[in-house]
Amino acid sequence: MTPLLKVTGLTRMYGSRLGCRDVTFDLWPGEVMGIVGESGSGKTTLLNCLSARLEPTAGRVEYDTREAGMQDIYAMGEARRRMLTRTDWGIVHQNPRDGLRLAVSAGANVGERLMAVGARHYGAIRSQALQWLDMVEIDADRIDDLPLTFSGGMLQRLQIARNLVTHPRLVFMDEPTGGLDVSVQARLLDLLRRLVTDLGLAAIVVTHDLAVARLLAHRLMVMRRGEVVETGLTDQVLDDPHHPYTQLLVSSVLTP
Amino acid sequence: MTAMIRVENLTKTYVLHTQGGVEIPVFAGVSLTAAAGQCLGLHGPSGSGKSTLLRCLYGNCKPDAGAIRVRHDGTEVDVASADPREVLAVRASTMGYVSQFLRAIPRVPALDVVAEPLRALGVPLEIARERAATLLERLRIPERLWRLAPATFSGGEQQRVNIARGFAAHTPVLLLDEPTASLDARNRAVVVELITEAKAGGAALVGVFHDDEVRAAVCDRVHTMRDRE
Amino acid sequence: MTAATGYNFAYLDDQTKRMIRRAILKAVAVPGYQVPFGSREMPLPYGWGTGGIQVTASVIGPDDRLKVIDQGADDTTNAVSIRRFFARTAGVATTDRTEEATIIQTRHRIPETPLAEGQILVYQVPIPEPLRWLEPRETETRRMHALADYGAMHVKLYEDVARFGRIATTYDYPVMVNGRYLMRPSPIPKFDNPKMHMNPALQLFGAGREKRIYAVPPFTEVRSLDFEDHPFAVQSWDQSCALCGSTESFLDEVVTDDKGGRMYVCSDTDYCGRRRDRKEAAE
Repeated sequence: MTPLLKVTGLTRMYGSRLGCRDVTFDLWPGEVMGIVGESGSGKTTLLNCLSARLEPTAGRVEYDTREAGMQDIYAMGEARRRMLTRTDWGIVHQNPRDGLRLAVSAGANVGERLMAVGARHYGAIRSQALQWLDMVEIDADRIDDLPLTFSGGMLQRLQIARNLVTHPRLVFMDEPTGGLDVSVQARLLDLLRRLVTDLGLAAIVVTHDLAVARLLAHRLMVMRRGEVVETGLTDQVLDDPHHPYTQLLVSSVLTP
Repeated sequence: MTAMIRVENLTKTYVLHTQGGVEIPVFAGVSLTAAAGQCLGLHGPSGSGKSTLLRCLYGNCKPDAGAIRVRHDGTEVDVASADPREVLAVRASTMGYVSQFLRAIPRVPALDVVAEPLRALGVPLEIARERAATLLERLRIPERLWRLAPATFSGGEQQRVNIARGFAAHTPVLLLDEPTASLDARNRAVVVELITEAKAGGAALVGVFHDDEVRAAVCDRVHTMRDRE
Repeated sequence: MTAATGYNFAYLDDQTKRMIRRAILKAVAVPGYQVPFGSREMPLPYGWGTGGIQVTASVIGPDDRLKVIDQGADDTTNAVSIRRFFARTAGVATTDRTEEATIIQTRHRIPETPLAEGQILVYQVPIPEPLRWLEPRETETRRMHALADYGAMHVKLYEDVARFGRIATTYDYPVMVNGRYLMRPSPIPKFDNPKMHMNPALQLFGAGREKRIYAVPPFTEVRSLDFEDHPFAVQSWDQSCALCGSTESFLDEVVTDDKGGRMYVCSDTDYCGRRRDRKEAAE
């Protein structure tokens, strides 16, 4: 078995300012990795570099493509990279408005990726859209409604359906539950957990919420000032943190 | 007699960086063996590191030195140094853990909390739920609660859901951290029964039992932890 | 008619014409690709056909015969003005007859009379970018064209079917040119789309405000987008033309009074007139 994603010495500078430095790890099929750390610790920079949206200053991101095995994602042509990001990958933005087309119906939002890879049968596209809306607990009769009429939690679930419709193997999520009410968060987390397990998805989840990390991630990477300070099994990192910063992070969480 | 866990020279010290770097030594040079079909009791005064040792065995705590070799899939995996995904694989099919507290997941009903370890092994949903139901019934969780998320349950009920979850998958290794702590005599007897059955099924158990009676009933051997100096 | 003095032939200076011809050559070489060009200020406002006029001015010669139509008609203000403009500045002959013209500048129609080899059809284009409705950034739409990343285009058709039960887009209906570039055919009715396919004439498209030229060379494949279960189809009418009786042409609905009276007539005035002439001659 080979890793799905292989990251080596990844560094991103913004001029002289550090985004993230020397990040190295392997992600295996079906594995969910959480990236935690406070705001400004370089989590999002790292996620953008990993998901082919921000070219790193140094280092490599390789992905085990279906057709050609391990490929450096920044060395492949843009056409292939685009195809990869919209078929085998998913990207769930913190703000669903960034990941959805607000001017077209929910069904079209879900169907777009299918059409992008060549689906040309309206009936088939629509039935798949319905199936995915059901998977993310959105009523079938909302399929022709514009996302503008959806609540925050529904929007996020719609964004997830839109991403999963092509059966990606790797999903990037940036604070997937950020900005949602606690009760809505719980529902979304449960859904994500179930989907990730049932579909055997690998995922990289950026979050500053340690409870979210514990629930979703198999392993954790703790970042501080652009560097990874601690990694390990999620419950081990949270229950027996070794690095001073992780200890501070864990001890700072308020428990209701 | 097959050794399922071999612990060698295990040392653990907590360093509290947030409190001026205070070092709290927990244990040093611990070696022990847990065999299939037996229950090993960890004994010692409060604060001697029994729970920490159990957590180390489960991979939840990271020791500073030493090895924890667990027989898994025909080989030995050193939980102390293995990759997260190896530890997770060991947990999924080889090693179960009954902690003192249930970490409830919002919205997931008790029946599915118990069935989950089986589902992770690929057991079909219906069969997994059936086995979960049998365990919940034996542990006297009223059926009307099965469909509810255990977050709202009483401490004793949560503990019993936790025990059911631990015993559901029949893992060859089972770690028990005070499984009978908040149970009444009848439920304690059920737990003793479950442990006895697991032993008969060839499982290696390692447990911390505060209750002398239970310990005497289930433990084949006892490892005594020294109080730290 | 002779050219007015004091103007360059066909108004534009030679440098500009060369620049536009280079753009046209490139457009012909890459069918459906939008070539940017330095659109000039013309003596009429944007939206009145400045793109089409610049293309026509760059390809027209003294021996050409020009026809100009607006929504199929030769006698509407826009058509009359443009025809007069070239008659004055280039001194070229003009005509209403489709088959006689060497260059036909059109706004929103393709003549009913089939075009022939050697003819040039010049379209006036308001918005050349077919992806604009879903992607406002020019840099992004260009990249989408470069990568032939057109899946999202079907989203629009999907929305039509979801909302109306069929593809309800009736004009400016997107097409794939030569199996490569997605193209906006300007706001012609989709009735005219099949005429673009394998047409013997050269089709040039000019967008003055947006500063783009694109082309469909003669005998080029032009396919209208559709779904397998909702194939492309053109409009049809229950009525026939009230004037010439045609059942095959694109009909305009004309309101004749304030009591609900209406009639359907050919939008192509030349086609309609010729049919009536032939009928009269036959009687």
